[in-house]
Amino acid sequence: MTKLLDQPRYVCALGAMQTVQGIYRGVPVLHAGPGCAAKLASGIAGSNGDSGYISPQIYPCSNVSEKETVWGGEDRLRETIESALKIIDGDIFVVLSGCTTEIVGDDIANVVGEFSRGDKPVIYVATPGFKGNNLEGHEWVVNAIITQYLGKRAKTAPVKGLVNIWGPVPSYDPFWLGNIRELEHLVRELGLTPNTIFGEQRGLENIDRVPAAQLNVLVSPWLGLSTVKLLEKTFGTPYVHVPTYPIGAHASGEFLREVGRHAGVESASIESVIARHEREYYFHIERTSDVFLESRTMSRRFSTVSNAADALAVSRFLINDFGLVPAKQYVTDATPPEHRSLVEEQFKKFKYGIVADVVFSTDGHEVHESIRGTDYCGTPLIVGSIFEKKLTEELGGNFLAISVPLQERLVLSRSYVGYRGGLTLLEDIYGYVLRQFN
Amino acid sequence: MTINLSAKESAPRERRLLSITNYCGSLRQLHGSACQGNLDNKERCFSQASLCNAACALGTLSLITDAAVVHHGPSGCAVTAIQVYNAKNQLAGKLHLDTSHSGYVCTDMNESDTVFGATENLRDVIRETHRRYQPKAIFIGASCVSGVIGEDLESVAVEAREELGIPIAPVHCEGFRTKVWASGFDAAFHAILTHIVKPPQEKTNIVNVINFFGSARREIEKIFARLGVVPQFLVSNSSVEQLSRLSESAATVSTCGTLGTYLGNGLEQTFGVPYVKLLHPCGMAGFDSWLRGLGAALGKETEVEVLLDEERSKYLLQLDAIKRRLTGLKAVLAMGPGFNFNTARALQELGIVIVHSSAWHFDKQYDDGQMPAPFQYLVDHSPNDFPVSVSDLQNYELMKVLSATKPDIFFSRHTGSTVWAMKLGIPALCVCDEYAIFGYRGLLSFANSIVDVVTNRSLTDTLAQRVKLPYTRWWLDQAVSGSAQELVQGQLDPL
Repeated sequence: MTKLLDQPRYVCALGAMQTVQGIYRGVPVLHAGPGCAAKLASGIAGSNGDSGYISPQIYPCSNVSEKETVWGGEDRLRETIESALKIIDGDIFVVLSGCTTEIVGDDIANVVGEFSRGDKPVIYVATPGFKGNNLEGHEWVVNAIITQYLGKRAKTAPVKGLVNIWGPVPSYDPFWLGNIRELEHLVRELGLTPNTIFGEQRGLENIDRVPAAQLNVLVSPWLGLSTVKLLEKTFGTPYVHVPTYPIGAHASGEFLREVGRHAGVESASIESVIARHEREYYFHIERTSDVFLESRTMSRRFSTVSNAADALAVSRFLINDFGLVPAKQYVTDATPPEHRSLVEEQFKKFKYGIVADVVFSTDGHEVHESIRGTDYCGTPLIVGSIFEKKLTEELGGNFLAISVPLQERLVLSRSYVGYRGGLTLLEDIYGYVLRQFN
Repeated sequence: MTINLSAKESAPRERRLLSITNYCGSLRQLHGSACQGNLDNKERCFSQASLCNAACALGTLSLITDAAVVHHGPSGCAVTAIQVYNAKNQLAGKLHLDTSHSGYVCTDMNESDTVFGATENLRDVIRETHRRYQPKAIFIGASCVSGVIGEDLESVAVEAREELGIPIAPVHCEGFRTKVWASGFDAAFHAILTHIVKPPQEKTNIVNVINFFGSARREIEKIFARLGVVPQFLVSNSSVEQLSRLSESAATVSTCGTLGTYLGNGLEQTFGVPYVKLLHPCGMAGFDSWLRGLGAALGKETEVEVLLDEERSKYLLQLDAIKRRLTGLKAVLAMGPGFNFNTARALQELGIVIVHSSAWHFDKQYDDGQMPAPFQYLVDHSPNDFPVSVSDLQNYELMKVLSATKPDIFFSRHTGSTVWAMKLGIPALCVCDEYAIFGYRGLLSFANSIVDVVTNRSLTDTLAQRVKLPYTRWWLDQAVSGSAQELVQGQLDPL
């Protein structure tokens, strides 16, 4: 079978450099080609910006040239790490390998090991592009931090109510900052103390707190499962797996109940949080109902073309909250085959027994052909990336870009998570619908 | 020094143009060393991530309206597809061009491909790409992986060409083969010159304009109409058919010497299309030189002089007025050598003092064997022998330069490099658009932008007060010594 990536919506494992950058004062040290960092950043972060305390132009990188591909690059790596530790003001240095250095067989683990007794943690993750995609790379980085950094530290006493939240992938999820904050917000409303490791002012200190949590919450269809299992094995922390991140009233309510129950929060206080939110949420739905319901151009059926996490979360919201009906859903992030059944299962769990067909494909052309051949019985709603813009225009449909590559919108702290997130998603969908009068 | 189109690939710039990515000295010292032939390409013991030539090569080719790129590498290499997709559609949309026969696909190489090779899959992908998009040409982009495992792209291309009956060109842009990412432009143009351009059948009144995105399209069309010629903007928004006839054009001009050298000189050396190798059209002297060069190539010298007189009468007074506001302002600029030396000249026309210039690389010569004209011009005319460094996007070096020189303004031209000066409290202006300083009009508008940027410092000041630099105290405190002293001090001798 031809292996063909058309309209790429993910990148290679080295894209996990964004995960390191997502940790405040985390420094990716690349043992890779000169162009990998800038290219990957522009692909993942793209129009949302990839600068910050550290940016791809700050990353120490061995900028592998012909010489290192012939003679090996271990010396080059050694001097790169040495200098990086002197020059760059960071808290944790994560050496990430690229394709060439792994193929020529540099003993990277050995070189990195030489720095294990220094003041600053230096760890190594093999992330050659041919080994996996950026989602897998993200998981390898997080797991490496647990085994190579946290695993070596003295055990800390558990802190009651402390809950680690895992799920959104820095930069690759354009809404990662807003989404993580909103998840924290929901958890905090249960009277718990959320702990996350990505975003502003969340760095090594938060990583250090990870072992002290009483519960790990994973909000993702499959990515991060190995992380929470590893944490359970290493620190004995139980976990709760919430396969879809919550958008809107139903999913948020379920999220609060699920997390609250596992964290030992009393049912009455969970319900009071939910009730308060729902009053506000449905106030908005009620007052805007005329716009929602009396539209010549709003869709009844929709497709998502996105990574598994977004496809699932948006579908669930549109079906369980907003009364739409799913056509095929396209998962385009090269979900590893062993995790696909987990994703498929979730697409069968909608209200009223509604089931959505899922297509896993990295071939955007094939996906577009399939959408063109689908009868949406009216105006389709396509929620995907910029690649779907022209297609949707061609079909006279409604369109919203929510995943990489976004291109024509800028996301700062916006989030689709939670009660407010559901309303925000409706604003964004109707922002397009309202321009389509026919 | 001639371009060798019988070779399978264009040699990297280090070998072909004796380019360097590491230097520290002054404008005239660099010139002296270049003339004496003792410019060594030194190594750094520490480097920050820069760029690879694949992005330049395949980014360029992917903007052709009806050609496809098949990138033979792992998924990450193909992010160029993401980078160009929307820009290409937005541009094509404005010009009402059809891009449905173009595409950018990737063979998504995995671990087993690195062991067993993947030319079979590459063949299938080329076939499938042809079936779905019906492109007029296909470019096969190399990657580090395809290069290291020794994939034979040449034979795949030959076979596919026979089977599909369209030009199929390998593009040798493995990321590790050069430190000068601009070598990627050459790789792209080598593929175009060897596989797309046909020998001329007739001469046309078209002038090839080698540029990036053609934002001054209308303005140039009007100017060229006065000279009886029509611009063909290259290569974004051009078709394979248009590219195949580049050999028939009346002349070639470029907005950037770094970008244009291979194609411009290649067309001149192979097909006799005159390539205007003077200054690029930034500011007054550049615009004069560029248009006069074109006028000479077309035998339209009189028309050019009339046009230049009109521009001067329209803008000189206003330019003089704004020059009074900018004279003495100190500037640092960091950009590729093509735009760098042209921008420096234009800034000096406004009375701005260049206190340091950092070039991403330096070409000792272009493909005609001559030193780049904009560099030579600065050497001959700059009022001061300002410090020059060559550094392939090495931010840690640039930050030292900026801290030591404390300019009034910083000019960048590269994604991700502008904010760093602002973090030091130095207002910065990114010269993204290659036509930002185009001619007299452009210079006036650019001068006003400079006034704006140094006048309203709100974003710079508030940001600088609130952020910390990602460098250690140790590095920031390092005394600039020895040769690095030259990096920041510079001699402000009057000429």
